[in-house]
Amino acid sequence: MFRAALLAAAPVAATALPAAAGNVFVTNEKGNTVSVFDSATWKVIAEFPAGNRPRGITIAPDGSELYVCASDDDLVRVFDPRTFEEMHTLPSGPDPELFVLHPSGNPLYIANEDDNLVTVVDTETHAVLAEVPVGVEPEGMAISPDARVVINTSETTNMAHFIDAETYEIVHNVLVDQRPRFAAFTEDGTKLYVSAEIGGTVSVIDMTAEPPAIVRKIGFEVPGVLPEWLQPVGIAITSDAARVFVALGPANRVAVIDGATDEVVDYLLVGQRVWQMAFTPDQSHLITTNGNSNDVSIIDVAALDVIRSVQVGQQPWGVAVAPD
Amino acid sequence: MRGERMAVAPGGWSCLFDLCLRWRGVLCALLTAAATLPAAAQEVRTAVLRIEYPSLLPLSRIDLPVPDLGLAGAQLATQDNTTTGGFLGQSYDTVALSVPPEDAQEAFRGGLDRGIRLFVVMARTPELLALADAAPPDALLFNATDGDRALRSEECRANLLHVAPSDAMRADALTQFLVWKKWTDWALIEGSNPADRALAEAYRASAAKFGAEIVAERVFEDTGGSRVSDSGHVLVQRQLPVFTQDLPAHDVVLAADATDYFAGYLPYNLWSPAPVAGSAGLRPLTWAPTHESWGATQMQSRFEKLAGRPMREEDYQTWLALRVIGEAVTRTGSADPGKIRAYALGDDFALAAFKGQPVSFRPWNGQLRQPILLATGRMTVSVSPQEGFLHQVTSLDTLGLDRPESACTAFDQ
Repeated sequence: MFRAALLAAAPVAATALPAAAGNVFVTNEKGNTVSVFDSATWKVIAEFPAGNRPRGITIAPDGSELYVCASDDDLVRVFDPRTFEEMHTLPSGPDPELFVLHPSGNPLYIANEDDNLVTVVDTETHAVLAEVPVGVEPEGMAISPDARVVINTSETTNMAHFIDAETYEIVHNVLVDQRPRFAAFTEDGTKLYVSAEIGGTVSVIDMTAEPPAIVRKIGFEVPGVLPEWLQPVGIAITSDAARVFVALGPANRVAVIDGATDEVVDYLLVGQRVWQMAFTPDQSHLITTNGNSNDVSIIDVAALDVIRSVQVGQQPWGVAVAPD
Repeated sequence: MRGERMAVAPGGWSCLFDLCLRWRGVLCALLTAAATLPAAAQEVRTAVLRIEYPSLLPLSRIDLPVPDLGLAGAQLATQDNTTTGGFLGQSYDTVALSVPPEDAQEAFRGGLDRGIRLFVVMARTPELLALADAAPPDALLFNATDGDRALRSEECRANLLHVAPSDAMRADALTQFLVWKKWTDWALIEGSNPADRALAEAYRASAAKFGAEIVAERVFEDTGGSRVSDSGHVLVQRQLPVFTQDLPAHDVVLAADATDYFAGYLPYNLWSPAPVAGSAGLRPLTWAPTHESWGATQMQSRFEKLAGRPMREEDYQTWLALRVIGEAVTRTGSADPGKIRAYALGDDFALAAFKGQPVSFRPWNGQLRQPILLATGRMTVSVSPQEGFLHQVTSLDTLGLDRPESACTAFDQ
């Protein structure tokens, strides 16, 4: 089925070369592909092969390179976001799932779940710069806006590890709830949000405290939904930090949090098993991957309304949007 | 097996050569870690006490005994706890002992003499109860393998927490799935040994609880002898259809064979084409090498790298017991068994265990709540509790003895 999609897509890619800005890239974990659609029209442009079990996905700040964790290939595949051709691969260590790019676009920090390591890879020379031992089953990755601190969350150790971006030493650890999945900074770097999938909470860490410490744990409650289904995973924060969105996995909802008070103000019903999220470049829309309904939901950020869904490949997992 | 069994020295504390080697590997790793980390403020010392019962070989050679059964899971948990403890100034030291039942007390005393107060025990009811009753007041025991209903009810002990699911939890997990499938007419074939009978009783109770009907019961007599003979399938293929020939109409055949002497022969050898579940076919398990959801793949690969074999239920359960200890130490900052027990039984305790929701303890009988896998050996078919089976506390309490069903009072104060 995806062959047909590829054939249909190829002429478009070859002849028209759409501007990459605003294009949305979704990894399809089971389909072994990346779906591409236009965030102006929400029309699917292409679906291209992306290796085995593609999960984490991110794009260079200048939009020149698309990085995909091909988990079952034990490497990161790098694609041209305009032609969808594979340019090269990067060493990642086994079973890469999530990573984060330095704000400059280099290096790439990758969580290796099997080896209790964070691997730092130079995106230009493709060399491994460092391997940082962390807790058991490293997963979530974030980097502070000033690029001084890299955060890794370890799912069985249940910590956020603070790694000095220059020395690659762990300088601080914060114990959070069970199975921390994802970490995200506010753009001013004063707050760090860490989701705990099995704990069912999001920890808010004050980065201005010395040392950084949890100031609040956000819990979730939806009438008619079993508490154990409220599993926070992906986090997306608007650049003014006014809104924090948290994907609640099998609860099929995205929680909307007031960034000033850290109170939940709304729950938006999206597709099934909502996992990761990304904003369009102007932050007018938020795109959520829905693994069990094979689609993505589009949220109008100002209206806090789910405006449509777009069918993608099999079991969408991660999402990245090309910058302006 | 006997030649590989750990020998018990006068103190009760020597062990099998290759296991010692494996274990020394951990201790060495610990020492190395200790050298590079700040001095550990706390040392958490535990023992895994495995009782070796005489047993015949299993029906399937896939299930052949492994010398490090359960111990490898404990080793992995110790590594996991050590990694976490490294960030908190806590270190973990686990010793393993494997002894025949008659040496259980001596081995236990040896551990106590060394100052150990946290024990993960792989034993059957008589030895478990004897150890729990002989334990000093400041010791805490974890039942890693015994599913006996009585231990969660009238025979419960305040110093004995159960990481192993009860037979009732397993039976309920399977029953929920069969009811969800609307396969509610069962033919029950049980073994003739007491453990088989107890398992059959768990299935009867489960059928009554969830509305399945046992349309016929049959006992498959254990006449002894070896499990497998050359070309034995020829006889099996002829005997089993006859044994099951005149059963009334049924959706599924439930096998209650806790001693593993006949259930494995049932699939495809019945008179009817009905599927087999229970002790063969679709089995309720705490862990299976086929389990991949909720990050389980990482656990499988970590274990396989360590042990060089797939992870078995016993390994998962010892891993889980030591992770319970590790989690309590991490959160409370204490290695005191009393504090660990209080935290584990409290409302704040939750542990991720690769099952999609946190596991926790039932405070009325010390039983760990956990989802149960339903697996065929090649595939994980489903995970219970099933959707739609509701409970006022947690859906996990639809599995096994709920508070009103348990006669346990040891946890009341």
